Amino acid sequence: MKAQASVKEKAAARTGADLLVEALVEAGVDTLFGYPGGAVLPIYDAIYRADGSFDHVLPRHEQGAIHAAEGYARVAKRPGVVIGTSGPGATNLVTGIADAMMDSIPLVIFTGQVAKGVIGTDAFQESDIMGITTPITKHNYQVQEIEELPRIVKEAFHIASTGRPGPVVVDIPKDISSMVHEQKVSSDFHLPGYQPTINPNPLQINKLHEALRTSKKPVVLAGSGVIHAEASEELKQFVQNYQLPVTTTLLGLGAYPGSDELALGMAGMHGTYAANMALYECDLLINIGSRFDDRLTGNLDHFAPSATVAHIDIDPAEIGKNIPTDIPIVSDAKAALVSLNDKEAFSLEHLEWMECIRNNKAEYPLWHDQPEEAIVPQWLMQKVYEYTGGEAIVTTDVGQHQMWAAQYYHFDRPNRWVTSGGLGTMGYGFPAAIGAQLAEPTSTCIAVVGDGGFQMTLQELSVLQERRIPVKIIIVNNQALGMVRQWQEKFYQERYSESIIDTQPDFVKLAESYQIPGYYIDSQETLEASLPEILSNDQPAVIDCRVLQKENVYPMIAPGKGLHEMIGVKR
Amino acid sequence: MKRIVTAIVHNRSGVLNRVTGLLSKRQFNIESISVGRTETEGVSKMTFVVEVEDNRKLEQLTKQLNKQIDVLKVSDITDKAIVARELAMVKVISNPQIRSEIQGIIEPFRAAIIDVSKESITVQVTGKSDKVDALIDLLRPYGIKELARTGLTAFTRGHQPQVTEFKPYSLLK
Ligand SMILES: Cc1ncc(C[n+]2csc(CCOP(=O)(O)OP(=O)(O)O)c2C)c(N)n1
Repeated sequence: MKAQASVKEKAAARTGADLLVEALVEAGVDTLFGYPGGAVLPIYDAIYRADGSFDHVLPRHEQGAIHAAEGYARVAKRPGVVIGTSGPGATNLVTGIADAMMDSIPLVIFTGQVAKGVIGTDAFQESDIMGITTPITKHNYQVQEIEELPRIVKEAFHIASTGRPGPVVVDIPKDISSMVHEQKVSSDFHLPGYQPTINPNPLQINKLHEALRTSKKPVVLAGSGVIHAEASEELKQFVQNYQLPVTTTLLGLGAYPGSDELALGMAGMHGTYAANMALYECDLLINIGSRFDDRLTGNLDHFAPSATVAHIDIDPAEIGKNIPTDIPIVSDAKAALVSLNDKEAFSLEHLEWMECIRNNKAEYPLWHDQPEEAIVPQWLMQKVYEYTGGEAIVTTDVGQHQMWAAQYYHFDRPNRWVTSGGLGTMGYGFPAAIGAQLAEPTSTCIAVVGDGGFQMTLQELSVLQERRIPVKIIIVNNQALGMVRQWQEKFYQERYSESIIDTQPDFVKLAESYQIPGYYIDSQETLEASLPEILSNDQPAVIDCRVLQKENVYPMIAPGKGLHEMIGVKR
Repeated sequence: MKRIVTAIVHNRSGVLNRVTGLLSKRQFNIESISVGRTETEGVSKMTFVVEVEDNRKLEQLTKQLNKQIDVLKVSDITDKAIVARELAMVKVISNPQIRSEIQGIIEPFRAAIIDVSKESITVQVTGKSDKVDALIDLLRPYGIKELARTGLTAFTRGHQPQVTEFKPYSLLK
């Protein structure tokens, strides 16, 4: 607050960077994830002078900054803000931008750019970040005039966080951020080309309501659209009104309580038998905020073949993109559910269907081997769930461990689950946990990572060291790129090409070198004796948990197969 | 099928790149694209002729274009009553003897000779794409040295027939 005032006092001679800082304060930003460099020196100077307005998190690689911002955005439910310098700083952000685009994560990313006069001359640290990020952003801007800056920042936050959320890049040439400006500039904006449809068409809502009446085999598929719309309560009410079975996508975990009786677990490539069969056999599929990703649908020819498909999505382009839709509802998930809940509820005649679903759940639950002493990753996930009472924020990296976390950690609330779904970005999990923990300092935050992916971004241990952020890193250590190894075992006749990695650092010593407690766990006994304490204390932790290498994620829909062609359904 | 799609866009730097990048990212085939300013300051119009497999693909195309922040309005005008024109310039090998022969060919097309040299003449033709195609076919035997087409630009007619009197016809087959 004090710092905000001090910026105002100097209003007479503000630089472009000062205007940026003011605009950030006005947008309610209090946390920045960034890394300095030549083209953003004026911005970093303004941040310095705005002393205390922001908590600036300095990662050790720009990729760490942007994944942290993604984790922050997921948990804090507002845009994550990132700063990177021009050229390599900006290109190091690219993976995270693409990741956020795929998973609809609201981010506002500021990149430095060389001075306007030398753009296009291959100047030192110039990169065409506009060209590079156009296909992977919801929108991007290059500031051309200092007067535009406050307006653009405001627009960027608006675009990132409304409609279907997504990343917005603002590229700021260095001469603009260092230029002194004395007039007051307006930040009013008008975006005639951007008017997201929030409220559903009542006729389509009626149609869905009617379709429910005649349905004998309905199922709800909840995607992360429900979470973005903060519509979990409305979903619960809708589902309870009609006693509908609910499955979720990978990103939709937590949209509906995972431990509820009506919950079928996750659907898709590694979804539960009950969930996938419900999608396969249903006569009415109500998709709320999922984009029918191929990892969910499997072979499109076998996806919900006899269903009337209703699709609620705020992005009209998702409706009908992959699956022909009978009842299209362009709307915010919450608004649509409110309208549905306003209608008179009735009881469905779906006893048989519910019986069949209950049977599938009981007959074909998730299963895994249970050796005497050694740890299997599925059991590890169950223990983590148990020890944290299902209340932790769980972030994951990408691979087998991600699927096991999704299968065995039952999220009862939204915004506890942070994972890279669409892009499948290895290296995501640990930095995302830093952002998630900063968004909710008092929650237990666990990064479940593979030994492969962790090594892509482990330099961010410095951030834990510096701030004593109590993130618990659980390395599900199978000494392999497990998911790759599994595919090679199943589909490439066990030719393990470049997927078994038995050379690793000593993770415990590594942790200790960052002054972080490191633990080595290789038996069920040590795990049960030590993990509860490690997860509940207020220190960061690196837990090298040795698991059996040869475990596979089941059930599985092999590539090209339909939902009903799962393998590994039973032991 | 071939469709004519128009997009009204904010004339900002990079907008052409956004639109063509989007079309190529989503694997749409653009046959031609023309861009120019409109009656409104800061607003341009793009006309695309695209080849799409089916209606679902077409719907995707218009929806994806609509999602762009700088795109104000997208219309598929293929089945509307429209006026559509493109301009082509054709440099044909010719000597003084066959020049009048060519003159005879181009006349019914209301094309014009806009440049003459010892070995060639340049013909300018304006019209719907099939008319331009037809003239090019006739000129081909003489030897075409150079050919440039602007791509189609189009808008809907002032009067749209009512549904009853509406006979869908396609300009592009
Ligand atoms: C950046 C990146 N590179 C490669 C891949 C391909 N990939 C997907 S899963 C996987 C293996 C991950 O291994 P690990 O992190 O040890 O996790 P595990 O599967 O063993 O749980 C790989 C290489 C990817 N998703 N992301």
